[in-house]
Amino acid sequence: MLEGIELYLGGTLLVIGAAFTLLAAIGVVRLPDLYTRMHAASKAGAVGGGLILLAVAVLSQDAAVSMRAIIGVMFVLLTTPVSAHLLARASYLTGYRPCNETVIDDIAQSNE
Amino acid sequence: MTATLFIEWTTLISLVLLAVALLVSLVRIVIGPSLSDRVLALDLLAVVAMGFVGAIAVRTGLWLYLDIAIALALLGFLATVALARYILLRGARQNSVQEEGR
Repeated sequence: MLEGIELYLGGTLLVIGAAFTLLAAIGVVRLPDLYTRMHAASKAGAVGGGLILLAVAVLSQDAAVSMRAIIGVMFVLLTTPVSAHLLARASYLTGYRPCNETVIDDIAQSNE
Repeated sequence: MTATLFIEWTTLISLVLLAVALLVSLVRIVIGPSLSDRVLALDLLAVVAMGFVGAIAVRTGLWLYLDIAIALALLGFLATVALARYILLRGARQNSVQEEGR
């Protein structure tokens, strides 16, 4: 049973990552405005993509491929927040306001 | 259940989930009320495509697909940065045009 334990681990990681990515896509469609959608896309999306690359790293059983996959995980985890921040900043500065349910708006308060 | 059969089923399930995720994020690209929503959905689409290519790499055992996945992640990041800058510049130009019109 313990013979192919890394295969079971990698397959489970793959399905969990795909489920996170699907949840991110559902959140992008269902949530009310751009800034809440960004939560779904940048957090759940990054975790989903990272888990899939981690599954590739576990399943490949080859040091070179695993190394590249782990570098890919780090790249995804580093760049997704940056791109989400840039997009949120550009949208806010060009006049895209949060929806009415938003409780706190720090940029508007600091401009007062 | 043997390990190879398990991998076959898990890759199939994750490919189906990722295909549904591609279609669902395509909905936001089509209906998205503003340009920023569409750019956000495109960013997510690049991540989902990356995961899809990774799942195909596991299913076929051709690990060269991993390089395509990493290149897709890089491309998605650069596209989002470029489009965010475009949104910023376009908004600034619109504001200056409005001020000149007053």
